[in-house]
Amino acid sequence: MKSQDESKEPQPLSRRRFLQGVGIHSVGAVAMATTLPKVALAGEPSVDASALQDPAPNTLGPDAVEVTLQVNGEARKLQVEPRVTLLDALRERLDLTAAKKVCDRGTCGACTVLVDGELRYSCMTLAVECVGSKIETVEGLAPAGQASAVSEAFAQCDALQCGFCTPGFVMTITHHLRNEKSPTLESAKRACQGNLCRCGTYNRVFEAAVLAATKGAGLPSGGGTGAGAGAGLKGGN
Amino acid sequence: MASNSRKNVALDREDVLKLGFAGNVVEKRVTRKDDEVRPWDLETKFQYVGTRVPRFDGLAKATGRAKYTYDVNLPGMLYARFVRTTVAAGTVKEIDLSKALALPGVKAAEQVWDLKNPVRYAGQAVAVVCCETSEQCDDAVRAVKVQYERKPHVVTVEDAIKDDAPQVGNRKNATEPQIGRNAVDVEEIDAALKTAAATVDVTYRTQVQTHTALETHGTVAHFTKDATGAEKLYVWASTQGTFTVREGLCRALKLEANQVEVISEFVGGGFGAKFGADETAIWAARLSKKTGAPVKLMLTRKEEHLCTGNRPDSVQHVRAGCDKDGNLVAWHVRNWGTGGVVPNAGARNPMIYTPRGMKTRKEEFAVLTNCGPQAAMRAPAHPQGAFANEQVVDELAEKLGMDPIAFRLKNDSYKQRPAQYELGKKLIGWERRNPKGGDGPLAGTGARKRGLGVAAATWGVNGGADGTAVAIVISPDGTVEVRNGCQDIGTGTRTLLGLTAGEALGCPKEKIRVRLGHTTDPFGPASGGSVTGPTLSAAGVEAGHAAKLAFLRKLGPKLGVEASSLDVVAGKVTSKDGKSWSWDDACRQLGVESVEITHTRGENFDAGFQGTVGGVQLAEVEVDTETGFVRVIKVVAIQDAGTVINRLTFESQVLGGVIQGISYALYENRWMDRRSGFMLNPNIESYKIAGAADMPEIVTVAFDLANGLNSAGVSGLGEPTVIPTAPAIANAIANATGVRVRELPMTPDRVLAALAAAKGGAK
Repeated sequence: MKSQDESKEPQPLSRRRFLQGVGIHSVGAVAMATTLPKVALAGEPSVDASALQDPAPNTLGPDAVEVTLQVNGEARKLQVEPRVTLLDALRERLDLTAAKKVCDRGTCGACTVLVDGELRYSCMTLAVECVGSKIETVEGLAPAGQASAVSEAFAQCDALQCGFCTPGFVMTITHHLRNEKSPTLESAKRACQGNLCRCGTYNRVFEAAVLAATKGAGLPSGGGTGAGAGAGLKGGN
Repeated sequence: MASNSRKNVALDREDVLKLGFAGNVVEKRVTRKDDEVRPWDLETKFQYVGTRVPRFDGLAKATGRAKYTYDVNLPGMLYARFVRTTVAAGTVKEIDLSKALALPGVKAAEQVWDLKNPVRYAGQAVAVVCCETSEQCDDAVRAVKVQYERKPHVVTVEDAIKDDAPQVGNRKNATEPQIGRNAVDVEEIDAALKTAAATVDVTYRTQVQTHTALETHGTVAHFTKDATGAEKLYVWASTQGTFTVREGLCRALKLEANQVEVISEFVGGGFGAKFGADETAIWAARLSKKTGAPVKLMLTRKEEHLCTGNRPDSVQHVRAGCDKDGNLVAWHVRNWGTGGVVPNAGARNPMIYTPRGMKTRKEEFAVLTNCGPQAAMRAPAHPQGAFANEQVVDELAEKLGMDPIAFRLKNDSYKQRPAQYELGKKLIGWERRNPKGGDGPLAGTGARKRGLGVAAATWGVNGGADGTAVAIVISPDGTVEVRNGCQDIGTGTRTLLGLTAGEALGCPKEKIRVRLGHTTDPFGPASGGSVTGPTLSAAGVEAGHAAKLAFLRKLGPKLGVEASSLDVVAGKVTSKDGKSWSWDDACRQLGVESVEITHTRGENFDAGFQGTVGGVQLAEVEVDTETGFVRVIKVVAIQDAGTVINRLTFESQVLGGVIQGISYALYENRWMDRRSGFMLNPNIESYKIAGAADMPEIVTVAFDLANGLNSAGVSGLGEPTVIPTAPAIANAIANATGVRVRELPMTPDRVLAALAAAKGGAK
């Protein structure tokens, strides 16, 4: 445990050291307000330790702040309190209502979106956390009035009944096909474990995944594995 | 042969319908007016009915374009939320809204509760707040201070029927027993059981299940003025009954029917709990009137579990017996169930097995508890009853050493069941089943044992005219718009109506547009009791036929051909002398005029092939006897429902019934805390519903049938398929392990307990 004493000089802060610092100095402030790790820290290898002396630069709220979110390739400016979830920001501020609020606590996956290409429960993600990230929702999978290959496959297979869980499943399967070179019913089944359906449609979702893959599922903005497939849809967000 | 029941109309045509199914075809003579459609039967040739048609709104749903009530955002819209009781019994002493009203963004806060009323469960609405943002609703709900006087409560049937139990309502907690029809007295049952070759005396238990529709109950209301300055209320409702919402709102707000327009184009699930103008509809409308702004009032997931309905539980004590050949001789059931604060809680024990001479007696006790009220849930009372009945027949068959299917057929008069069982046996591989259970090649010798089980279900053919009408507009551009004001709760109603109307009209499928869910359109049914399919499909057939006649009457003079010599066949207009016009060309002849008709559905026919629907399900399970974990390997579901309009959505509904049945069998359970009176799992991480990983292979089979009960020959499908799954799984568990689990859900702890009890020699 010598590191603390090695130098008395202020030194660049590592992420680990930052966490230690939080533990010592500013637990209260951080716990009460919301930190902005992505903006202030995550993208940086280090920040000046002096930032820790005054928690203000790293905290937001409780009042609304202006943020810009990159949603489906568009910069969208909005005012949100830091407590506003990405889901509520999308649905209630941007009128992007495909992602659904069902459990509102990270169980059912109806709110699933992609943040920087990764699956996220938007009900468990704060909007302010997503500044600087690329957010994709079902609305952005194909140009307006068109449908992505995954959405097409869902409709073809009747992989939906009431349809309330469907946008979440479509995002999950889209992510799965972008990352799985040879998807199968089994791999789709594993991919869907974070999504719940009440009408009872799962098996058809797995079939839709395989159909979309064989059609060469359009993966418009994902690049990567879906090259051949997405060709027709490139240019869409 | 029975005749058509439409006796009061001039009858100028007689048809002989072929009804039933391959291997059991009967003829039925019907008479009808010359301009009425020939009812669909086995000989009807279809253009697209019976094929697999992706539902018309599938892409709207899969692209996120479909707007549900929860998705409606209007300019200046406010958000509202209820404050709910936090005691299970007592009185509300005071409701202080002042702190909430002082918060930023709070536009209104209203007392919902009448202080004279007793609190009967935790979760009743006492106040409602209305704010600029949904987050402000969080703050405002917390700021409402409610003072209670707590009184003793009771939340389980066992506690509620004790002599010293707190009284939930104004009378005893347990109702006087409802005695079923044709009940004999207990002595007769006892006498019959004495003569029986095999008897059982067992108790089955089922849990409270909540509907858990993914879209919670909710309403967006906009109280405004129309162009003439008259008051007008626009309402978007997540409902199974657009017209029942309108009716309720008219009463509650003293408005005329024409002043209220209910819109419900997409509904995120219902399952029986979403009827009428509920408290979200009434309070959204009142708050909109008060604030002058549109108001969205959606329930939270927690509220959805607490107060919007559930399937009652049951404790069913069954004594039954059969003779040495497997003929049932006596069946006596006593059932206790709770519908929370409302009394309707029967398991009804709908009996498939009613051989002549069997003595029966049913006694049902509805028990009041301090829990949220029950509501109709997919096949109300049937899954509970079937869980007991379908295992009792298995238990008796076991004692006789009889095959459970052979035993069932001895006692079941349903015409299509033998064929359904034959098909089911083949598809599940019934010959692999070890008749003794618990051992043999299928069960295996390791810790994981496999078994096969079976169960059957019955359901009525409901639905009728009930004032339902369908409007059809054929436009010069060739599009055919079909309209009805009822809702599609996810069953495929929109597509069903379009296909039936389009088929009877004869137009190409691609030209059909369907609008549902606006009360400004013709009246349609509320979706309960599996009525929507039979009601709307017959209305669609009749309206499509009427539209065809109106179209040809208008077209004839324009083509210079007698209208009576024209027909529409497979998307083309044809004349008797061999000419033909494409659909688009023919429609273009209309010039600027449309052909528009509204047709009111006729009554059902009084006797078709069979007045009920039926199905069988067979399950293969694997039970880990070390962990108690049950995995369903495969389910075969065979179901008849009259004419299959759309094979794709038919299969989806059967699939849905099976999956909800698996969920009911193995996972779902509402846990009430006896001490606090609270529901412990009002969420969907600990109120478990079946997930992707739990899915077995599911084979769905539509058992095609012409029933001749209405113009389309369609019967309801939504409800029967959820009934037999749980008992089929239970019977398969018993076959795998030799041990019976008589309580739902059949969780690992209960499986292990049953195995341990069997090992210890206990019953």
